[in-house]
Amino acid sequence: MTENYFEVLRPGINSTFQDNGRKNFYHIGIPFSGAMDNRNFVIANAISNNKKNSPVIEFALQGPKLRYKGDKVYFNVTGDVNFQILRKNKIEEGVCYQNLVLENNDCLDLISTNRSVYGYLSINASFKIDFYLDSCSVNTKAEIGANNGKILQKNQIIKIENITKKYSSNKLDYIVSKIENIRVIKGPHFDYFSETAKELFFKEKFRITKLTDRMGIRLDGPKIENIKYTNIKSEGLVKGTIQITADGDPIVMLSDHGTIGGYPKIGVVISADYDKLVQIPPGSKIKFKEINLKDAETIYKLYEMETRNLISKIK
Amino acid sequence: MIKNISNLGDAALYCDFGNDVNREINLNVIQFFKNIKKSNIPGITNITPSYNKLIISFDLSITSFDKIKTEVEQLNFKNEIVNLGNLIKIPVCCDNDFALDIKRLEKLLNLEKEEIYKKFFSKKYYCYMTGFIAGMPFLGDLDDSLYARRLDTPRVKVPKNSIGLTEQFCNIYTFESPGGWNIIGKTPLDIFDNKNNTSPNLINPGDTISFFQISKSEFEKKYD
Repeated sequence: MTENYFEVLRPGINSTFQDNGRKNFYHIGIPFSGAMDNRNFVIANAISNNKKNSPVIEFALQGPKLRYKGDKVYFNVTGDVNFQILRKNKIEEGVCYQNLVLENNDCLDLISTNRSVYGYLSINASFKIDFYLDSCSVNTKAEIGANNGKILQKNQIIKIENITKKYSSNKLDYIVSKIENIRVIKGPHFDYFSETAKELFFKEKFRITKLTDRMGIRLDGPKIENIKYTNIKSEGLVKGTIQITADGDPIVMLSDHGTIGGYPKIGVVISADYDKLVQIPPGSKIKFKEINLKDAETIYKLYEMETRNLISKIK
Repeated sequence: MIKNISNLGDAALYCDFGNDVNREINLNVIQFFKNIKKSNIPGITNITPSYNKLIISFDLSITSFDKIKTEVEQLNFKNEIVNLGNLIKIPVCCDNDFALDIKRLEKLLNLEKEEIYKKFFSKKYYCYMTGFIAGMPFLGDLDDSLYARRLDTPRVKVPKNSIGLTEQFCNIYTFESPGGWNIIGKTPLDIFDNKNNTSPNLINPGDTISFFQISKSEFEKKYD
């Protein structure tokens, strides 16, 4: 039996193993984690004919460069990713959303994401990795999940097993639409802010700063003036919560967020817009749009239908 | 008991138990947390107790705010506040190498360090909640002569296992982390064990903690 593995020639900026995360541990300080862009994660596994929740490698902005050793294996990349496959005698430009092949000694160079943040690498096989509390998802702050809770490291080996021999030419024509408006439901502390601040929050644009990672997004824009308390007694947070710091800047909680926080919550991003929000790169501007709960629920049903529809179009 | 239930976004319930921070309100929160956990309502993905709020996250593809709210309201709990937690003893070394802010506290509180430690070690503390970073317990209440504000400029890196004080609370930094609490010592115990796949937390909401002082040599022995 030959050993199949990737050798990490370049780890990329923030490359981690992810699945759809771990549930029921907020009360001990462990967030969901999981793939940031859930739709692209689900599609990657669907193209691979993998089980829905199979581990993938998620990468941010610059991805890893991997040398493959072993038997022929199929893989696909989802997101908006510029990548190449360096074969024995030629360089092949990569195409997202379709199964491609890697043979012994080929290199997969996930160069960068285009005007987006996250991309996903799925293989028609399984990564030989550890699970912690029912999930492989790496949370680097708690040092848990696959790869000892760490991002990919230069020169490390990623073992691969259960290679599917049969090739399926699965492919999806999909162009991810980019958005600027993020829909938000008002939070429990909305009235802590001045009338002007409330108006500015839904009228002005905010810039996504470089202080942005899997834990959260720090925004830069007009200061949101608090007229009540700039700190609250610490309480739970959820993915998508927008807190306003004592300095008046919004911060949005993302998948690896701290489970409790002490800043007032002005609003929460709706579930249907989360995948799109996390893909907006630092330097871009976003605008918040107010929406009520009923409409958010309807939009979520549409979001789910759209995902199912995309999966049914894979052929 | 719950004063109000509202939505936090489209996939969570925000249960408000009031604005005060005290053991009685928090026991209600924790009792409610345990009862909901036991009830196994389909679709609930996370429950987060804190001082006086409880947040219930759910999977929007399975259920919705109205459904979960009705189910939560219909649960008929006996209002039995029983023995909720365990008593856990935590060793602390207060050597000058670990008690990073003891000089600041002596000035701020106008107390000698011996008095600060005497007051700190003579009380038992109640765990209101755990979180922010994995496993970090928020404990209280300190003797009111020990109330101190946060550092003016938070540390970029508080060493792992440091014991910190602020206002009426103390906590244990389960990981190296940024933070602004006044550090008075360090424990050799791992409060969060990331190799433990079943119950990584040593301290859970509702537990009672008593700290006891150890010498540097005892600390180093326990570290081996």
